[in-house]
Amino acid sequence: MTINRKKLYLIAVPILAIAPLVLNPYWTDVLNIVGLYALLGLSLNLIVGHAGLFNLGHAAFYAVGAYTAAILNTVFHIPILWLIPVSGFAAGLFALVIARPIIHLRGDYLCIVTIGVGEIVRIALVNDIFGITGGANGIFGISRPHLFGFVLRSPAHFYYYIWVFVFVTIFLFIRLENSRVGRALNYLREDEVAAESCGINIAHYKLVSFVIGAFWAGMVGNIFASKMTIISPESFSFWESVIMFTLVILGGAGSIEGVLLGAFLIIGLPEIFRGLADARMLFFGAAMIVMMIFRPEGLIPAGKRQYHIDMDRSQGESE
Amino acid sequence: MEEFLQQFINGLTVGGIYALIALGYTMVYGVLKLINFAHGDLFTIGAYLGFTLLTSFGLADKIGPFAAIAVLALMVMGLVAVIGIVLERAAYRPLRNSPRLSAVVSALGASIFFQNAVMLIYGARFHVYPQNLLPKIALNVFGLYVPFVKILVLVASVAMMVGLYVFIQRTTIGAAIRAAAIDQGAAKLVGIDVNGVITLVFVIGPALGGLAGLMVGLLYGQIKFTMGWLYGLKAFTAAILGGIGNIPGAMLGGLILGVVEALGSAYISIAWKDAIAFCVLILILIVRPTGLLGERVAEKV
Repeated sequence: MTINRKKLYLIAVPILAIAPLVLNPYWTDVLNIVGLYALLGLSLNLIVGHAGLFNLGHAAFYAVGAYTAAILNTVFHIPILWLIPVSGFAAGLFALVIARPIIHLRGDYLCIVTIGVGEIVRIALVNDIFGITGGANGIFGISRPHLFGFVLRSPAHFYYYIWVFVFVTIFLFIRLENSRVGRALNYLREDEVAAESCGINIAHYKLVSFVIGAFWAGMVGNIFASKMTIISPESFSFWESVIMFTLVILGGAGSIEGVLLGAFLIIGLPEIFRGLADARMLFFGAAMIVMMIFRPEGLIPAGKRQYHIDMDRSQGESE
Repeated sequence: MEEFLQQFINGLTVGGIYALIALGYTMVYGVLKLINFAHGDLFTIGAYLGFTLLTSFGLADKIGPFAAIAVLALMVMGLVAVIGIVLERAAYRPLRNSPRLSAVVSALGASIFFQNAVMLIYGARFHVYPQNLLPKIALNVFGLYVPFVKILVLVASVAMMVGLYVFIQRTTIGAAIRAAAIDQGAAKLVGIDVNGVITLVFVIGPALGGLAGLMVGLLYGQIKFTMGWLYGLKAFTAAILGGIGNIPGAMLGGLILGVVEALGSAYISIAWKDAIAFCVLILILIVRPTGLLGERVAEKV
């Protein structure tokens, strides 16, 4: 599994690194959107794939991050890059407050609550809550990211910004998967009762994954805000949550590579079907059904975890 | 007080429609443990089929408005039920033994498919139901003037709910549905055709959803291809509110949701109407995690 993964990234990273040099700005921007959805998918994957929580309202946390960045940037003129952790904290805190009382709900009940939270956030944004969200028009005039005096402007600049973020995320999430938290989540998803009887505090770990996932979505919201320079509530509709959810399940819940492939397909397929004009979403819907029938576990299912115990090594040495 | 009662009746009317759609969610969930996200779009298809049948045959002129609506309702229910059976065969049956989330994605795909199919056939604009179909009179109910169409919708939805309840509780087929919902394996062992039950559930649910679509067309006069998802979401909320899988729960949840929404938009703010509905849902679930009538499910050990 690890060898495989190394090879995959050794091939994928150079191709992605030179992609904007050969692609025109339109396709570079398509890849930017793929990158953003890959990030959102990776963050949702923690919640849906690892903790097995049925979250169909992830766009709410994305929105909180984006609006936090937009408001602090346009009102207080704080550089947008500094706001990345702030966006993450705002979304994470929001998730903590929301999830604390509902984390114990059974799967489908949690599903409708997350949908409800997503809708409440969207409606609050449309209704200009506290008079700071700009209502249905949203917020415009968000500044571009400045990096050591260099302003990120063109799709190619954002391409490297987003994809470096994607690979940093992948690295961190692979580390997380194999950490104590990651192993606890894996156990929890396989069998909640057995996990609890082994002393894993399931409510705690569910909450941890929910908050980390939301934190990440909030940071992606910041990137989205600085890329678009204008955000409005319609960018954070139920449909966005459905796309994120679909790409995780389609790619393979719990599998990082699967989520990346899912992001390419979800954004790529409608582009490929563009020739079908109005009928493209019809084919997209049909494709979702067909893919699930033929690959119910997702395109790249998460492999079984294997941990190697090396008996020959001396005991004091860590693996 | 008069305004309150007026809003209350409005709420009951809409709530009746929510309840009819919610029954489809809850019955499918009860037997298959699947959230049929395409159900809201079956509702839309019902509304559009009603529109086509109403405008193309001119039934109302030939046999009078009431007979026409009754015939129309039966036709819409039958046609939507056929679509429901096809949906189950094509999108859900192959995934019956797969992870549950895959079936959810399949359901979402079916929803996108239906919504776009309606858009391609009918176009993206609003469609307006023929006006002057029903007599434009308001009846005096205890001093309140209630439009006739609202009474018709309310009476029809209550009649359907009572009929379904009796069917499920008193007939042998109803007992088979209940048995399949409790334990499919055990139901098979005592000779119940579980596949037949599932097909039947996909006849009853979509038929009621399609009827609700027709009612919305008659009540509001305007239909649009995207309306299914909001009604579907509300009805799903209603089903969860009452305790999903529980048929009286769906009825109760629908009526409560309709009334809360109507009163909320009248006394708090119409812009926050949908948010109020979801807030009530979240508050109820915090207090009662399995819905109002949902039984306490023992955790598997």
